[in-house]
Amino acid sequence: MITIVDYGLGNILAFQNVYKRLNVECTIARRADDLRGATRLILPGVGAFDHAMELLDASGMRAPVDELVLDKRVPVLGICVGMQILARASEEGSAPGLGWIAGRVRGFRSLGRDDLLLPHMGWNDVRPARPSPLFAGLETDARFYFLHSFFFECERAEDVAATSAYGTDFASAVHAGNIHGVQFHPEKSHHFGTQLLKNFAEL
Amino acid sequence: MLRPRIIACLLVHEGGLVKTTKFRDPKYVGDPINAVKIFNEKEADELMVLDIDATATGAEPNVRLISQFAAECRMPLCYGGGVKTAEQAKRIIGLGVEKVAISSAAIERPELIAEIAEAVGSQSVVVVLDAKKKLLGGWEVWTHNGRKATGRSVADMAKLAAERGAGEVVVNSIDQDGVMSGYDLALARKVREAIRLPISVLGGAGSLADLGTLIAECGVVGAAAGSLFVFKGAYRAVLISYPAPAQKEELVRSNLACAGPRR
Repeated sequence: MITIVDYGLGNILAFQNVYKRLNVECTIARRADDLRGATRLILPGVGAFDHAMELLDASGMRAPVDELVLDKRVPVLGICVGMQILARASEEGSAPGLGWIAGRVRGFRSLGRDDLLLPHMGWNDVRPARPSPLFAGLETDARFYFLHSFFFECERAEDVAATSAYGTDFASAVHAGNIHGVQFHPEKSHHFGTQLLKNFAEL
Repeated sequence: MLRPRIIACLLVHEGGLVKTTKFRDPKYVGDPINAVKIFNEKEADELMVLDIDATATGAEPNVRLISQFAAECRMPLCYGGGVKTAEQAKRIIGLGVEKVAISSAAIERPELIAEIAEAVGSQSVVVVLDAKKKLLGGWEVWTHNGRKATGRSVADMAKLAAERGAGEVVVNSIDQDGVMSGYDLALARKVREAIRLPISVLGGAGSLADLGTLIAECGVVGAAAGSLFVFKGAYRAVLISYPAPAQKEELVRSNLACAGPRR
């Protein structure tokens, strides 16, 4: 069963709708008790890094989510800022991240490219770094909707699951063991996004 | 490659979907939720929904309608109309909308842009500038559905929006609204050169070629259109359309090539 961690950020409804259409059972967790029985976690998020961490901490779900992901190895998919908080830290704020994937989050602004319009907004190509179950059927010609000004910089090249180009080739998806993150919004990316969310359900 | 966005713009008036001409004469074109379903099927890049009553009547954003849109919409959604506080913006984002558009309220009190950016993040704040050509050249920003002149130039307002933390500026040509004779390209260029935010241009598109011309002019831009996607033929029969994926790809590629590396 897919459990969407609703700590107050992100488009919970949109995920629910996708899974409803796919006939995949999906619930929403708003407190620790709701996480019982979760076999897949979706960690959404929009807005600022520190705000996301604050809300996740305040939700009372931080510890059980940690346990599910780190001890029970339940597959988790972080989305947008939900991916960025998988890192140890972000240039955007001062709060420590979850630190599940080695890396930190940088601003596109720090690339020093004056010609780059920010935020990175719209549909961009996503190229999987290697064949992976999450990107099954999305090996070529996949594009997704992005809306962000910061990006994940992995410390280990093997954690980069996919790249996209905007001023630089950045990690548009990360992956380490049972932990996955995507910078784009699969819930708003038409059939490409539906395919990816279906793949996640079937991991 | 980041692509230009081809955006369908839907105007809501008295619960129905309408299309205006020069911001007047709203013509009923159908049921808004049904339109969203069609744009889902056609895999539109983005949807912009503007409630044209909310600002004019001072009404609160219609939460019921917005949640229906958000629930149905499988593409990024921008909502505008009647948003006057950061609290309202937060609520709307919470309903599952990607971006909130503000216009009159932001122009009257630009701090609102910063307040909303603080509440939901810059990336979700869109400032819409309704622009009308001035007799002696240049463009002035108007508010309240084109009924109130502000005395401010479109470039100045765009810069102000960027400084206060907007994530996108939509420039809407009042003169070209519903006219379907092409975008005001000089206006688009003016705004493009004024700021380094993503911009979208609305008003005037009457053919796919018009979208292409805008892309060739501005590069990676939001090419938004209302009439083009809801009317068909010289008699403006109501028929929702949107370019097919291959058609869109060709339109984007050929015209981006013209825009050149400087864009």
